Amino acid sequence: MNISYRWLRSIAPGLQGTPQEVAERLAMLGAPVDEITYLGAGIGDVVIARVEEVRQHPNADRLRLCTVNAGGAERLQVVCGAPNVEAGGLYPFAPIGATLPGGLQIKKAKLRGEASEGMLCSARELGLGRDHAGLMTLHGEFAPGTGFRDALGLDDHLLAVDVTPNRGELLSHLGVARELAPAGEDGVELPAFPGRQGSSFPVHPGRRACDDLGMDVAIEDDEGCTRYMGAIVRGVRVGPSPEWLATRLRAIGQRPINNVVDATNYVLHELGQPVHAFDLNLLRGGRVAVRHARAGEALTTLDGVERTLDAQDVVIADGEGAVALAGVMGGRDSEVGEGTTDLFIEVALFDPQRVRRAARRQGLSTDASYRFERGVDPEGQPAALRRVVELVLTVAGGEAVGAVDLVPHRYERRAIGLREERVRQVLGVEVAPDEVRDLLEPIGFEVNVRPRPMRVLVPGFRPDVVEEIDLIEELARRRGYGTFPEEIAPHRPSTVPEDPSVAVEARIRSLFVRWGFMEARTVPFAPEFAGAVAVLNSLSAEESFLRAALVPGLLRRVEHNLAHGVRDVRLFEIGAAFHAPIGGGAGEERRVAAAFTGASRPPHWSGAAPEWDLWDLKGLLEELAGEYPDGRVDAVEGRLTLFAGADEIGTARQAEEGEVDAPAWAGPTFVLEVRLPSAPVERRSIQYRPLPVHPGSERDLALLVPTALAAGDVGGTIRESAGELLENVFPFDLYEGKGIPEGTRSVAFRLRFRAADRTLTDAEVDSAVSRVLAALEERHGVHRR
Amino acid sequence: MRATRGRRARGHTGVDGDMPTTTVTDELIAQLRALEAQGAEAVGAAGGAEPLEALRTEYLGRKGRLTGILRRLGELSAEERPVVGAEANRVKEALSALLDERAASFAAAADAGSGIDLSLPGRARWKGGVHPVTLVIDEICEIFRDLGFNRIAGPELETQEYNFTKLNFPPNHPATDMHDTFYLTDEVLLRTHTSPMQARVMEQFAPPVRVVVPGTVYRRDPFDASHAPAFEQIEGLAVDEGITFADFKATISTFVRRFFGADAKTRFRPSFFPFTEPSAEVDVSCQLCGGSGCSACKGTGWMEIMGAGMVHPNVFAAAGYDPERYTGYAFGMGPGRIAMQRYGVPDIRLLYESDVRFLGQFT
Repeated sequence: MNISYRWLRSIAPGLQGTPQEVAERLAMLGAPVDEITYLGAGIGDVVIARVEEVRQHPNADRLRLCTVNAGGAERLQVVCGAPNVEAGGLYPFAPIGATLPGGLQIKKAKLRGEASEGMLCSARELGLGRDHAGLMTLHGEFAPGTGFRDALGLDDHLLAVDVTPNRGELLSHLGVARELAPAGEDGVELPAFPGRQGSSFPVHPGRRACDDLGMDVAIEDDEGCTRYMGAIVRGVRVGPSPEWLATRLRAIGQRPINNVVDATNYVLHELGQPVHAFDLNLLRGGRVAVRHARAGEALTTLDGVERTLDAQDVVIADGEGAVALAGVMGGRDSEVGEGTTDLFIEVALFDPQRVRRAARRQGLSTDASYRFERGVDPEGQPAALRRVVELVLTVAGGEAVGAVDLVPHRYERRAIGLREERVRQVLGVEVAPDEVRDLLEPIGFEVNVRPRPMRVLVPGFRPDVVEEIDLIEELARRRGYGTFPEEIAPHRPSTVPEDPSVAVEARIRSLFVRWGFMEARTVPFAPEFAGAVAVLNSLSAEESFLRAALVPGLLRRVEHNLAHGVRDVRLFEIGAAFHAPIGGGAGEERRVAAAFTGASRPPHWSGAAPEWDLWDLKGLLEELAGEYPDGRVDAVEGRLTLFAGADEIGTARQAEEGEVDAPAWAGPTFVLEVRLPSAPVERRSIQYRPLPVHPGSERDLALLVPTALAAGDVGGTIRESAGELLENVFPFDLYEGKGIPEGTRSVAFRLRFRAADRTLTDAEVDSAVSRVLAALEERHGVHRR
Repeated sequence: MRATRGRRARGHTGVDGDMPTTTVTDELIAQLRALEAQGAEAVGAAGGAEPLEALRTEYLGRKGRLTGILRRLGELSAEERPVVGAEANRVKEALSALLDERAASFAAAADAGSGIDLSLPGRARWKGGVHPVTLVIDEICEIFRDLGFNRIAGPELETQEYNFTKLNFPPNHPATDMHDTFYLTDEVLLRTHTSPMQARVMEQFAPPVRVVVPGTVYRRDPFDASHAPAFEQIEGLAVDEGITFADFKATISTFVRRFFGADAKTRFRPSFFPFTEPSAEVDVSCQLCGGSGCSACKGTGWMEIMGAGMVHPNVFAAAGYDPERYTGYAFGMGPGRIAMQRYGVPDIRLLYESDVRFLGQFT
């Protein structure tokens, strides 16, 4: 919400403090100010000047020569390119030496051979909005040479107030003033308009009461509209607004349009009540009805867009069809324009939900719909109608003929009980009934402190206050959160145990960090059809599915690094992968994935660091297997697979050709992805075994193993056949090539034997080795090299 | 150092009171100490192994200066001889050690010249590290663990009901505009905050409840310098009988001092969240300017770090807790934003790009 500091001060005369101080107080009341802009910045040198004569520039079709009276004794010649410059007009004028908001310095210049002694300015050039169609034309009585900034009241600050969606009433100068004024509501007073015209006119409550005015007004949809007021004003002259009004609107970033429309806008921003003015003579059939739109009914709105309406929309219709989408935007065919003389001014209360649905369906958010959605004061219509009619009469003339007031559902103020003990239970301190009254009454609440519980009557403009806890928040807010003590109370231990995933993820993270990997966090969206779960309203086709696996996203991150010339990349990520069906807790799975490429060690002068290879990958996977109960790594169809018991948990592999968009200098990339264990692996079952006291005995067996036979199977046979003296066996060498028969390889195993109670004799060990060799021969046809 | 001739050694009066002998003792000891000092200086100044060996001969050799001094040992009495002898030994050993040490350093330098240059870097291993957001999450959760909050996790796929309805969001209300939501079906969505876990925890556990819940949340915002469609949040919830606004404020202020430093100040401002009441925004005094106002805090001296408040009675009722009996507070903060403030990261995209040159700065 844009708030003009001057406007605010004019409504709350007792309000003290600089704009910064006001912003600070608003922040502490729950409506922080995002930005404060000084509107007079850079225009202190600008004066109001009268153009006395306009001639064509002799050397340029689009330029004119103006004789300008800027208040000095001499007339100045100014070259001007604006199409709207007219003799007799008043315009802002930047004299020689002035600096404008954009930093533009005005110097004496020659344009196409003609001297120009200053510049006539558009609104945009003065930092007053976007209007750059022509010079900013000033309306009113100003002596040439008058300081522009002060004459227009631009010595002002714009406060961009961040209003939370529950506080619709703060979307107005009145609402903000009420919050800030030292005396609250009582310190707020709407000032009289300059040159005010009286606005006494009869208001006819009840349906069709406007017969005498030649208008028939009816509410046919009393859920969509709970109050409808309309006034008829005849004989207005539509034209530019006086400067004070145009300035007010410009100050809050609104573009002045004409005096009637500006008057409705003014009241919206002053009181927060949306107002719409129809050209009475463009309403057909002498009739206005508030009704459901007919399905498929068409309406061209003020922005020129032809819209198709929905049966749930509330519309204002004349005798022939929809003329406005209620609470959102008026129709173009009944728009107030230069030829308008008679007005039908609408001040109504539309249902927030219906307005919201209609606005969203149309993809339209207007000043009016924004306010209706957040709650407009249900008691504010009569005052708003009087205010807007008075303003129209003041700035556009005419005569108020009369008004109707239809109230199908009269608003009744909500009464809420407030218990002192509940206040203490929530806030931790006593707030005495008198203090409750002093805190709440200035902002419109009525507090009856005598009954227990206290009875609080909520003003209509606070639809957010519906129950006791809302009042407690109001108390705390008005008292100031800073006034409450800070006291840590002793607490009982939580019944909620730590989630086992916390320990799991910490262990997995430290495992990868030990291996020299860096943790990545990627956004879990995947390109179209690269996942099983589609996002209904995705931001782009590249992000239209949820990832089914983490590896593809990590490979894109590897590519990002390669593209930046980084050859050594080691990334891991812990996150969710998604699968169908979703809902009811199903559809996501926590996983860890890794992708790495390049050297396995930092470069060193002693020799090239080895590249990561398959055995590093398998080693990493084997270490991960230690994090699962009964975890082990097996090759399944040529792919390294991690098992926990019989469950397949994940796989590891080298990225395929073309899977990574890598430059020629990059090494192979390896990836793994595994499901996280549900709990950290149990280590409490570990039992100490006594350390050996007798020496062991080692034997090496170099075996000729057919290529098709897995070394793992050979090792298994050794383990099974060696007997209980075998302590340990592992392959320590592999050789293929010269001296080894075709189709075989030499795999050397080291076997270590040991007995717990004695030193083994050679005979015992030899006998075990013989058993092993016999079993190898028998089972695999494998013998020693 | 030069001993004054004839000075009487304190605490060393001759046993037999023989003054002249005592004077010789003093003199010899003074000479020995002077020799030690000169020797040390000469060793330090020696330019190589050879001059060093010459010094060894000069000072400690069979015909060296130390031996020269000791020739006068015969002038001393039997009682005094060991005193001077002991001092002579000490000086000899001290000079020997200096000579040896210096010789070793010359030898090492000579060795290096012959092949081993110890200035070369050692063989390192890759240094890994967790993500900066993980660092912040872990630190925050650790602080809250000390305050009695256990850490839990929850689903990223949520339902309309848990994400909004059970958190007291009125249907079709502008409050939901703050949560631009990714939908997967009419009912299932990507959670827009970690707050659904408030409802889930309370449905599953009886009070007292104290938990923190870090996790990924989603908002339908395209990437720019300050927005990401997925980012991290930490939820906190404390519920029991007797928890008040004062307790809430104190707990949060304690956290702020622990996380941001003992000098950090906390400010509570009224705000609006459907699931808390009273609701608050929590500001911490700007960590860059210390509160005097700078561009990082837009001149206010404060940085917004979390949304919080007392749990709304309707949230208790929806989760099956008696809202008349139990009170509590909840808070939510963005560890990504806090990480950006803390480490001076100017663009949120850096957090999700996984550039190892970036991640490597946090190892």
